[in-house]
Amino acid sequence: MSGLRKVHLSLPASTEDLRRLQLGDVVYLTGRVFTAREGVYKRAVEEGVALPASPAELGSANFHCSPAARIDDDGTRTIGAVTATASFRFAKWLDGWFALSKCNIIIGKGGMTSADYRSMFVPHAAIYLTTVGYGTGALLGRGIKNVVAAHWIEELGLAQGVWVMDVENFGPFLVESDLDGNSLFERENAKIEPRIAALYEGTKPPTLRRFGETDDRSDEVI
Amino acid sequence: MISAATIERTAEALMAKAAIEIPEDYLTGLRACAETEKGELSAFVIQAMLENYDAAKEDRRAMCGDTGVPRWYVKYGNEARVEGGPVALEAALRRATATATHDVPLRPNRVHPLWRTDHDNNVGINAPEIDYAFHPDGEWIDLTTVHKGGLFGTDYRMLFPGDGIAGIKRFYLDALVAFGKRGLACQPAIVGVGLGGSKDACMVLGKQASCLRIVGSRNPDPKIAALELELKALGNSIGMGAMGFMGSSMVVDCNIEVGYCHTGGMPMSVHMFCLSSRRASARIHADGRVDYRTDPEWFTSYSRRATVEWDGAPRARAAE
Repeated sequence: MSGLRKVHLSLPASTEDLRRLQLGDVVYLTGRVFTAREGVYKRAVEEGVALPASPAELGSANFHCSPAARIDDDGTRTIGAVTATASFRFAKWLDGWFALSKCNIIIGKGGMTSADYRSMFVPHAAIYLTTVGYGTGALLGRGIKNVVAAHWIEELGLAQGVWVMDVENFGPFLVESDLDGNSLFERENAKIEPRIAALYEGTKPPTLRRFGETDDRSDEVI
Repeated sequence: MISAATIERTAEALMAKAAIEIPEDYLTGLRACAETEKGELSAFVIQAMLENYDAAKEDRRAMCGDTGVPRWYVKYGNEARVEGGPVALEAALRRATATATHDVPLRPNRVHPLWRTDHDNNVGINAPEIDYAFHPDGEWIDLTTVHKGGLFGTDYRMLFPGDGIAGIKRFYLDALVAFGKRGLACQPAIVGVGLGGSKDACMVLGKQASCLRIVGSRNPDPKIAALELELKALGNSIGMGAMGFMGSSMVVDCNIEVGYCHTGGMPMSVHMFCLSSRRASARIHADGRVDYRTDPEWFTSYSRRATVEWDGAPRARAAE
């Protein structure tokens, strides 16, 4: 059995709760969680549209997620599976987003850079939890006890809308960033790096290069 | 004559199976990874995924929240006839895609690339893709649906004969290292490599190698089969496991498909089919019987034929 530490966290989580988390802890959440990703960020942060509900109603944990879900004609909402989408694409909105939403937990796929954590998460006393796998969509789906609301579905569609859920033992997640802005992924990358260098030893670059490998556009790629 | 209603009903069932049930071959491959994985975090991730597959089957819910972009592969036996013809078949597949998106439910991933319009049913312009192949005998049609995630783990490069096998290995490593970090490729993956063809065919071959060949299958050319095993071992020696954590579980299997290409080039593509390798197949017979399976049997001695005339044994069905 895994020697990783398991932590059950009630939402909303206090800064003290978050301070106790260590990189690589396995976390299960109980409380309120909501989805928001680029569609919501663009609308709320860039276009300045007021959030569809108060921070208290939305919850303090923002899941980078589009659920496998439907809304029937009678309004019944069904969520089957939920997993995260890659978060690094959303970094540019997060500073404004923390100020608006008052979130202190971001749940997503793959995390962001420690530079992003230090510049945006740390000032808002927020941490990042990564989904596991990816992704344990069915296990997470089981943890959803109630779909409280679905906002901005007309405007953004089922995938990009805001789904508000009450969850119980919702997980597993791994602590990817702590309150100091350290990153579990970066810690692991550093361990793997020396082996990668050895693997590439003796190989030579392809005959035809491409822009991106050189950023000087006056360069030739031959 | 195969009825359009049978096609639609079968296609709906396939959509659900692909989304919910991890194929047995992938599961066997992942269990083999679990047995050898020494990295604590990577081993934890694989264990969680194994539990997740059970939960999906028990609850009949999608195994992953991102249910990919559903698409279809249709193979016609040469004598097969469909009621209403190919147009009716396409209509049935589009209807089944929309119905299953609502019923399972799947995530309505398909949007317009510019206007982001979402029909909430995974159907739109050129979506779902429907690809066709043919087989020398048989009154059946084979339907395969694949729901592959779409954002990470794929790359294409024009290599040249002078780049050689060393160049192939380097580009392969580039793709795995780039998309393996933080687990963007959702590894351990079935890695498909397309070699040769024209550029578009090269991408198609690599994608089909990852999505339409099962774990444990080998290319019939013994030297390519040896390269498949070598690339699999190479990928697992990077030191990267599930989610990019330290470990050895990067590649569940590596499948290579080739096509004749321009004499001056050696185009190469790499594709990775993820921890939720969603595919399901069925053969619909002329009498209406339906046999479900997880092996698409897409690549055959016929589909890989190298000569002008087909002089193989046409009854050798879907040989690997």
